[in-house]
Amino acid sequence: MSILEVKNLKKSFGSSTVLKGINFTLEKGEVLSIIGTSGGGKTTLLRCLNSLEFAEEGQIIVNGEVIFEGESFSKQKEKELRLRRLHFGLVFQQFNLFPQYTARENIMLAPKLMGKESKEQIEQEADKLLARIGLTEKADYYPCMLSGGQQQRVAIARALAMKPDILCFDEPTSALDPELTGEVLKVIKGLKDSDTTMIVVTHEMGFAQSVSDKVIFMAQGQIEEMGTPEEVFEHPKSEKTKAFLAHVNDKD
Amino acid sequence: MEVTLRSVTEDLFLNGFLPTLSLFGITLLLSIPLGLIISLGLMSKFKPLKMLVSAVVWVIRGTPLLLQLIVVYYGPGLIWGGKLLERPVAAIAAFVINYSCYFAVIYKGGIESISRGQYEAGQVLGMTKAQIFFKVVLLQVIKRIIAPMSNEIITLVKDTSLARVISVYEIIWVAQDYIKTAGLIWPLFYTAAFYLVFSGLLTLLFNFCEKKLDYFKS
Ligand SMILES: Nc1ncnc2c1ncn2[C@@H]1O[C@H](COP(=O)(O)OP(=O)(O)O)[C@@H](O)[C@H]1O
Ligand SMILES: [Mg+2]
Repeated sequence: MSILEVKNLKKSFGSSTVLKGINFTLEKGEVLSIIGTSGGGKTTLLRCLNSLEFAEEGQIIVNGEVIFEGESFSKQKEKELRLRRLHFGLVFQQFNLFPQYTARENIMLAPKLMGKESKEQIEQEADKLLARIGLTEKADYYPCMLSGGQQQRVAIARALAMKPDILCFDEPTSALDPELTGEVLKVIKGLKDSDTTMIVVTHEMGFAQSVSDKVIFMAQGQIEEMGTPEEVFEHPKSEKTKAFLAHVNDKD
Repeated sequence: MEVTLRSVTEDLFLNGFLPTLSLFGITLLLSIPLGLIISLGLMSKFKPLKMLVSAVVWVIRGTPLLLQLIVVYYGPGLIWGGKLLERPVAAIAAFVINYSCYFAVIYKGGIESISRGQYEAGQVLGMTKAQIFFKVVLLQVIKRIIAPMSNEIITLVKDTSLARVISVYEIIWVAQDYIKTAGLIWPLFYTAAFYLVFSGLLTLLFNFCEKKLDYFKS
């Protein structure tokens, strides 16, 4: 059974259709990269998966359980909505750390509020995560004292602390200075090695090519091309994909 | 009775400054929470409520507090007949209505200035709306509204003197009596010292709070 199945997801804002029937599946431990032109609907897709936005049509199935089906699911009670959200984690382009908490407190806040684990367990888990992102030394720093790359690493640890089935990244390095993207990508690569299931929207083509099991190229609300990194990057079938890749390579 | 600096100080403090202080304190105590309720109305997604509350806030912020004091004191009696409110009660009511509206607008600005990303980060981490408000947003809002709130609150210190228009004892009223009873004007000037000391203390308090919240940027 796939960990995630997305079936015919459709979403519009007013009269413009942003997702025109998205279909894909993801297996446990796989990394899916989504590339594509800006305005193509990548962010909207991640926001639909995380129930920050609600599609009008389609299904989202996690581990065989239908967690979203058409519009009726957007009227769910807050509690069900929260349970649904816990299947996914989301790392934002702008980090969105909580400024009044230290790195460690940022990581521990949601698990503490969830109240499922003991304080000791949560603290241990947070320290493990800090070690994993290489920020043990900066555990007690506030976000304003950290670089963008460090903040994004904390944001990744904060999302991992809730143990989501699938961790989503929305252009995790786009807001960073070029010299800081490497450290964030390295952390994401490390997660792949520990079998975290991930969906990464990215403009880092080299990264997408080397880390992904699957790549989706999205344009104008549709999946133009889907396949292994070799298939999409080396032998693209769609003209749009070819044009996009040529354009990207030009810039590099 | 001999009029000395000491006797005037005592008189102004007990009969003038204390009533001023209690008007100030009670107004703050009531209008800080009431302002929050009004700000929720201002931000309501239910259009009629939002329009109604906005209209009330417009009227209150758009007319002089002096006039509002008179209306609250005489208005109910003129319209429905019957006894007038107690003067201090009318004064407190007018001040609370007025200041709640100003506070509401400040709260609204503070709450709306918090980026949507903060709410969404809380949401995707599975927090409830209440948790997001109290654990994520509130302290950031407080940090942002401390400066405008301190402005309003220091204005309130001085606005309390307007209560005299409906004959509520406050410090200037008491000081002015010395003109009639003893032919002395300096007690009136002397009241400035009370205002200055009090607003000076408040300024220190607010500076302290701002410092306390300096540890993070948002
Ligand atoms: N909240 C919204 N309201 C209206 N239009 C939106 C909203 N969010 C996104 N869009 C539109 O949807 C389209 C896809 O946006 P987005 O998902 O952000 O694309 P991408 O992340 O691929 O750049 C864009 O045309 C954008 O203007
Ligand atoms: Mg985007």
